[in-house]
Amino acid sequence: MMARLLADVPARALVMLGVFFAALCVIPLFANDYFITVLILILYFAFVGQAWNIMTGFAGQLSLGHALYVGLGAYAAAILYVKFGISPWIGLGASIVIAAAAGAVIGFLAFRFGVGGVYFAILTIAFAECARIGFDHWRWVGAASGLFLPVANYTQNDLWNLRGSPIMFYYVVLGMTVGAFVLCHALLRSRVGYYWLAIRESPEAAQALGIDIFRYKMYAVVLSAAMTSLSGVLFAFYYNNLFPEQVFHISRSIEFILGPIIGGIGTLFGPIVGAFVLTTLGESVEEVMRALGIDIPGIKQVFYGICLLLVVMFLPDGIWPPLRKRLGLDRKPRTPGKPK
Amino acid sequence: MRPEFCWGSCVPLEVILNVAASGLLTGLVYGLMALGLSVIFGVVRVVNFAHGEMMTIAMYLAVILFSYYKLDPLLMMVPIAVVLFVFGYAIQHVLITPFINRPEHSQFILLVAIAIIMVNVLLIVFGPDAKSVQPAYAFDSFQIGTLILDATKVYAAAAAIIVAAALFGFFRFTLVGKAIRACADNYAGALVVGLDVKRLYALTFGLGAACVGAAGSMMTLLVDVTPPLGPAYTLLAFVIVITGGLGSMMGALVGGVLIGVTEALGGLLFTPSAKSMFAFGLLVLILLFRPQGIFGKRPT
Amino acid sequence: MKNDSRPETTTATEGAVNNRRRSIVAGIGAAGIVAGVAPFNILRAQGRALKVGVLLPRSGVQAGIGQDCQRGVDLASGILKDLGLPNIEIMNGDTESNVDMARSRAERLISEGAQLLVGAFDSGQTTAIAQVAEQKGIPLVINIAAAPPITEQGYKFVFRNFPTAAMILGDAFANQKEVFKISGAAPKSVVFMHVNDTFGTAMQKGISVVMPKFDMPYKILAEIPYDPAARDLSVEVAKAKAANADGLLLVSRLNDAILLTRELIKQRWSPMAIMSMGPGWYEDQYLKTFGKMADGPMSFVPWYDPNKKLSKQLEGALAKAHPDINLNTNHIFTFEALLVAADAYKRAGSTDPKALADAIRATNITDNVSIGPGIRFNEKGQNATVKNAAIQNRGGKLVTIAPGVAANAKPENPMVAYNKRG
Repeated sequence: MMARLLADVPARALVMLGVFFAALCVIPLFANDYFITVLILILYFAFVGQAWNIMTGFAGQLSLGHALYVGLGAYAAAILYVKFGISPWIGLGASIVIAAAAGAVIGFLAFRFGVGGVYFAILTIAFAECARIGFDHWRWVGAASGLFLPVANYTQNDLWNLRGSPIMFYYVVLGMTVGAFVLCHALLRSRVGYYWLAIRESPEAAQALGIDIFRYKMYAVVLSAAMTSLSGVLFAFYYNNLFPEQVFHISRSIEFILGPIIGGIGTLFGPIVGAFVLTTLGESVEEVMRALGIDIPGIKQVFYGICLLLVVMFLPDGIWPPLRKRLGLDRKPRTPGKPK
Repeated sequence: MRPEFCWGSCVPLEVILNVAASGLLTGLVYGLMALGLSVIFGVVRVVNFAHGEMMTIAMYLAVILFSYYKLDPLLMMVPIAVVLFVFGYAIQHVLITPFINRPEHSQFILLVAIAIIMVNVLLIVFGPDAKSVQPAYAFDSFQIGTLILDATKVYAAAAAIIVAAALFGFFRFTLVGKAIRACADNYAGALVVGLDVKRLYALTFGLGAACVGAAGSMMTLLVDVTPPLGPAYTLLAFVIVITGGLGSMMGALVGGVLIGVTEALGGLLFTPSAKSMFAFGLLVLILLFRPQGIFGKRPT
Repeated sequence: MKNDSRPETTTATEGAVNNRRRSIVAGIGAAGIVAGVAPFNILRAQGRALKVGVLLPRSGVQAGIGQDCQRGVDLASGILKDLGLPNIEIMNGDTESNVDMARSRAERLISEGAQLLVGAFDSGQTTAIAQVAEQKGIPLVINIAAAPPITEQGYKFVFRNFPTAAMILGDAFANQKEVFKISGAAPKSVVFMHVNDTFGTAMQKGISVVMPKFDMPYKILAEIPYDPAARDLSVEVAKAKAANADGLLLVSRLNDAILLTRELIKQRWSPMAIMSMGPGWYEDQYLKTFGKMADGPMSFVPWYDPNKKLSKQLEGALAKAHPDINLNTNHIFTFEALLVAADAYKRAGSTDPKALADAIRATNITDNVSIGPGIRFNEKGQNATVKNAAIQNRGGKLVTIAPGVAANAKPENPMVAYNKRG
């Protein structure tokens, strides 16, 4: 199976990937906590971006309400931990089930009734907003005043209960991101991946060939939702508090999708590149502003917006495809339109 | 014994009527705001996610004109609409035209980027405090029997109807208006007939922006403006437009009223803090059972 | 400010992450070059200044409040010097009203050498920062955040000089009874309206626990929560009016206070008393917007004691720097947080965080600004002695009507009806 997975990956790509991965494994030993915190953020966004990419990039359904799954996952695991003392590794099972169910409902409603494109996007927003308002009124989990996880053990690393130092969280999120990457790579090379490609590029033709569009779209949505919920579990245990206003908010949904779109939607490495670029951009602009002594609140976001604008105008497929070409990773002949 | 209505909690009938009337008036102003979006999407087929930000800019303009020159926002509606028209035309020409054929997510990010820039420039220029307009009639209300109607809402709603009627007239009776409708109905045909589609698109975006501008000046009478006000209104505009029907002006107004009344009554009879859920509930129902909206046409 | 020992990370040379490294190194390099002339709040001092990282939401949705708190920071330097306290060097951090940013900014400030943190107004962001502070062993002095759980976690490095929601409620009821006694009038029934956000919900949860202890003369006829992002509160006010209560008890924010007042006037309902237990009804924006229609509402909030010497000094400094702004909770408690920092530094005699934390725990400042015997922290790091005041809007200014020890005016109760004010 490994051989099949690595079949048509150019050797150069494997080497670069290996170096990159090794670097990520080893950095925490040298870096200070601030750096690790930034890296955790980057990998977190890379993971969610990858999960979102499955639904939107692979299967072509634009979702603008992914915060819904993050929130459901977060609350499910947090509730089990706070109210019943259940470890997050077991709790994440509940998170996956609940988020997958939500995804299934949305997918079913949308696809059975033929809702697509912008309408589908608005539908996802509507569900996320309803969840936000709903949780804002759910007294048992604190409603708008939030759900707090008890923070007892911060001096030692308790992996089973996910309590501990940033380094522990870093390795957990690194593991998650690598897992997502490998999973997506395997999916793209499987039959499901090709069906998704067909559905994205030309649904009528796919249907004509006998592909059950409904079923495969549902797979994409459910898988995407389930994966995203895992990031919610991490979020809950890393920040130790959940407020519906923040967790389900539409600005979060938009944050999640900036990475994959900037990096390269539908590509395998796009979300990761995107997450790195965006977070680094934000922090760098901040650095430069402070260095220049400019202390105007809001100016960082203006620059951020301008950079976003420039990328989307001049690099329409995202940063990764041209970067990939530049790095010479494109050499193997590919069938047109097949993502890496 | 005053008549009461009970569902969730018991409320006297006159309160229900008052709230419904208020919802109707507010809904008309929302409808005007959504009208701009409907026009833009219906014709140019670009999803304008910076819609709310454009309205916020219009609101700030109205506030400045009022604070420095004591000019009433309702009167300033026209000049502000003109300014926004130019702004919209420029944006369409410079930024959006290259994006017409791009996939949805690209358009989306483009407008999100524009929105981020606008919100934060407003924050830098105007500061975070809420700004409002307080004309002489700010606290007036009309009393008709047991019905108390907020004066500013009545004026704003009346202005909304007038603007909508003007726009309707434009599209129905002028040559340019007909040309724009032609582009919307049949892009290829319009090209064949020799219409300058790019310019008409820019014109349409400008018109949509002008609508938003007019709605913005009216909105200052109802709401205080802060820099992050935009996104909530963008979402509201979309909900209204989808409910009423994309590309239908009547739909935008009716959708606005429907959403306004639903939210108001839902909030009154149940939990006011959850009143947005009713609007979303309505949206989901429409998307499932009548996706073209109440007045929309089924896409060919 | 940036000439501390740099962490070794900038020398790492992993291959594939070069791009990211380069931009950060460039940024830091630029910082190093410009450091000497960077116009920050650096106080030229003899002796080492304590590096205090101040985390506030200076952009994003809470920008208004964050920037208001910043005024308290700006006033601190001059006054602390007058008091003979050692200098502190302020390092500003913008949380951008966002939990992720709050946490990473806190980490950043600590990595740049902050020896003490102050912040952050919002309970969610403060919780994130508190965890970082505790993990790093850097003391955090909370200026404003009312969510009870923050000081219930057993932290040793987190201190809060601000009342919890329960404390605010308790004082509010006590002060209300005092006001009713002095003015000889009390509402028999109220409608309780609250904004459905962190603070509003915490207050609403607390009411059922705290109110029975006070034997209040009024009953709550209806409870109406509303959406913090609501554009229009006409429905909520209509519902409140329909309950036919005497008074209005509420927890709101500035924007809602303005919307609510407009609706009250337009729907022609003048409650006998408007009793607010949160921000909004006393703020400058409110007073400016409504002119003489702003008079009357009472706010039961953490406040300054107008009779204390330091309060007068702070008031004077604010009047000089910003003549059209009234001294309010944001300024007071942000200032006091820095006061605690400087005072602890003086007593600890060193910038070692553990020594600072121990010094803070032993704080006993009687010459402060807020009401109560002074600033001291219990074993949970909470100042349980902070008292709230009752203030009332009068003639475009704010007067303190209760408790007696801090009052400087008599309450005006019942409130003059809106339609009777010319």
